[in-house]
Amino acid sequence: MNLLYTEVEEELRASLRDLLTDRSPIDAVLARATAQQGYDPSLWRELTQLGVPELLAPEAGGSWREVAVVMEELGRSLAPTPVLGSVVLAGSVLGPAERTATLAVPFSLGAPTVRAEGGALTGTVTSVADALTADQLVVPVEGGALYLVESGFTVTPRTSLDLTRPLADVVLAQAPGQLLTEDPAVLAQALLTGAGMLASEQLGLAERCLAMTVEYLRERRQFNRPLGSFQALKHRLADLWLEVVGARAAARAAADALATGAPDAAVTVAVAASHCGTVAVRAAEECVQLHGGIGMTWEHPAHLYLKRAKADQLALGTPGRHRTALAELVNLPA
Amino acid sequence: MTEELRTRVHELLERTPPQDVDPIDFLRARFDAGLAWVHFPVGLGGLGAPRALQAVVDAELAAAGAPDNDPRRIGIGLGMAAPTILRYGTEEQQRRWLRPLWTGEEVWCQLFSEPGAGSDLAALATRAVPGPDGVWTVDGQKVWTSTAHTARWAILIARTDPAVPKHRGITYFVCDMTDPGVEVRPLRQLTGEAEFNEVFLTGVRIPDTDRLGAVGEGWQVAQTTLNNERVSIGGQRMPREGGLIGMVADTWRTRPELRTPELHQRLLAHWVDAEVLRLTGERLRQQLAAGQPGPEGAGGKLGFARLAQQLTGFEVELLGEEGLGYDDWSFVRPELVDFTGREAGYRYLRAKGNSIEGGTSEVLRNIIAERVLGLPPEPRTDKDVPWKELSR
Ligand SMILES: Cc1cc2nc3c(=O)[nH]c(=O)nc-3n(C[C@H](O)[C@H](O)[C@H](O)COP(=O)(O)OP(=O)(O)OC[C@H]3O[C@@H](n4cnc5c(N)ncnc54)[C@H](O)[C@@H]3O)c2cc1C
Repeated sequence: MNLLYTEVEEELRASLRDLLTDRSPIDAVLARATAQQGYDPSLWRELTQLGVPELLAPEAGGSWREVAVVMEELGRSLAPTPVLGSVVLAGSVLGPAERTATLAVPFSLGAPTVRAEGGALTGTVTSVADALTADQLVVPVEGGALYLVESGFTVTPRTSLDLTRPLADVVLAQAPGQLLTEDPAVLAQALLTGAGMLASEQLGLAERCLAMTVEYLRERRQFNRPLGSFQALKHRLADLWLEVVGARAAARAAADALATGAPDAAVTVAVAASHCGTVAVRAAEECVQLHGGIGMTWEHPAHLYLKRAKADQLALGTPGRHRTALAELVNLPA
Repeated sequence: MTEELRTRVHELLERTPPQDVDPIDFLRARFDAGLAWVHFPVGLGGLGAPRALQAVVDAELAAAGAPDNDPRRIGIGLGMAAPTILRYGTEEQQRRWLRPLWTGEEVWCQLFSEPGAGSDLAALATRAVPGPDGVWTVDGQKVWTSTAHTARWAILIARTDPAVPKHRGITYFVCDMTDPGVEVRPLRQLTGEAEFNEVFLTGVRIPDTDRLGAVGEGWQVAQTTLNNERVSIGGQRMPREGGLIGMVADTWRTRPELRTPELHQRLLAHWVDAEVLRLTGERLRQQLAAGQPGPEGAGGKLGFARLAQQLTGFEVELLGEEGLGYDDWSFVRPELVDFTGREAGYRYLRAKGNSIEGGTSEVLRNIIAERVLGLPPEPRTDKDVPWKELSR
């Protein structure tokens, strides 16, 4: 199990970071969110040109380890792109695809309720991530079979807690669907992969919040000294740092397990999802608190991280749900 | 490299069959074959090989039923004294001390802490005064000294210049524990036993050839010891469910009558914490092996202490009525800390020391905040003042 970053992965990170710093600085992300502009189609095009959707193509030598690096950078920047829906969730089923897609599941999870009758799909899926830009949907139906749907559905935006990943309701009315698989294990694997990749997003987010807070407390002076010299704050940040260090190890383990198809991938993902989900929220909450009044404003980006972190905590399984899953996986029955 | 090591191990086993020779002779032969700690230099028990390859040697020897040096009994020697001697010792000192240290023939202890100098170790007051005959005379009191009662040697720091600021007037020595001026008295711990001691040093004579590093540079030398102490406390490689979590999980699996829904939720949370900490340690080892050491090392001991305390507290609760008992309060002086051979109550109490020994968790947080995160130091009044003018 390789928990480090390869040279290729570091290069990928560097080029992504350049692009995102240039094209999607946090002020621009805030401006888009304020104007309720949702996803940034031109940024998504540029990511596509950079080859992000093809990262999974075996001929490109890509793997979930590299997608995880992309997720870290997206968590760090909060750039509004449909990578989670299209590359991760739909990508897990479809492989690298040219058209933008997502998996039509409630972001907070729940058994599929869409019905398929002779290849026509009917039903409503609420709170779907990355549906607003999707050209096509991978739709789970009752029983867990998966269909590909390209038309016959409507997408209605919801007012979402997370401003940078707005959710939407999807209504399918006799939508023509192409059966992809009847094996419910494919859906389970997509959700597992999603949770594993989300852990890397949470890691990137937590790291950014910690760095932002440290930077601020180094500069901000009260009582004639930098606030960062007060031990009460130092100890809080040292504890947070330790949690983030753990998040990095756990998220890398999950990415590696998914990339190599490790037999215990479900365990590793559950550990990462449970830990990273909690750490990201804590990092964002500390970021708000330790910025004082400015942290409470709309103008400061801390709230964007808080909203993403809190929404991510519920997404694709809460930490509690992942821990409960472990009970069976590692034989610690109730 | 791996194959070459295997060959060397097999040559050793042929030359010195562990079944036919005294264990100590086998360990000496192993040391001389460079298979003690392969990352040490040739001639000092190693081969100058990557540290990661030690696992290959250990596995081969364990499979052959060879005796080991019982590292738990000589942890201070292996984990702290040896790396310091390797870095700062003269060739003569290294040859004299490292072999019996590694074989376990000579136990080491650490004479650092004093009644007036714990977290603020640099404030220490034990004095070492040079004599005309090239011999130092040492007077003072040390405290919390683990294994002083079994030790042949001690690593010792003492004040050699009270007129300069505290960090600059310290010198690092190796102290012969059989010197008549060394008096070791047991200190009973909250566990009942006396694992540590207080040590009185009265006119103890230390030849200048037993000094490590330059006079006045003992603080820098001690950093090597302390950094290694933290790594050796938090840094053992473990399989999943290795360590305390494995014991707790086994109890859970084999004793369904103890289970409650509330304990179940907590157990799963601890299980995740243990696995995250294990992966953190694994990642650190991979970074070190790839020559990209990260700051993660500073966190290992902090995380380990917290987890050990949570798990051992949980274990006592899980056991219900049994948790109300205790295995043995006798005032004994053990040779080692036995986390697995004793019962839950002992583990719970002994784990309290994990956040105190080797630098308290508070001090480690200071270190992480300042050295890893780069937060500004607290205003200090003690740094540039001569030691003798500090308040005590
Ligand atoms: C089981 C055990 C074995 C030991 N073995 C050895 C040994 O073999 N050799 C040896 O030399 N020593 C040994 N020690 C001693 C150990 O290193 C010291 O106890 C430790 O460094 C703390 O020093 P102190 O006890 O004087 O506590 P103090 O330094 O007095 O600390 C008291 C409390 O104040 C906190 N504190 C202190 N300074 C700060 C600060 N700047 N900021 C915030 N909080 C602070 C501490 O964290 C602690 O909670 C051992 C200790 C234990 C418990």
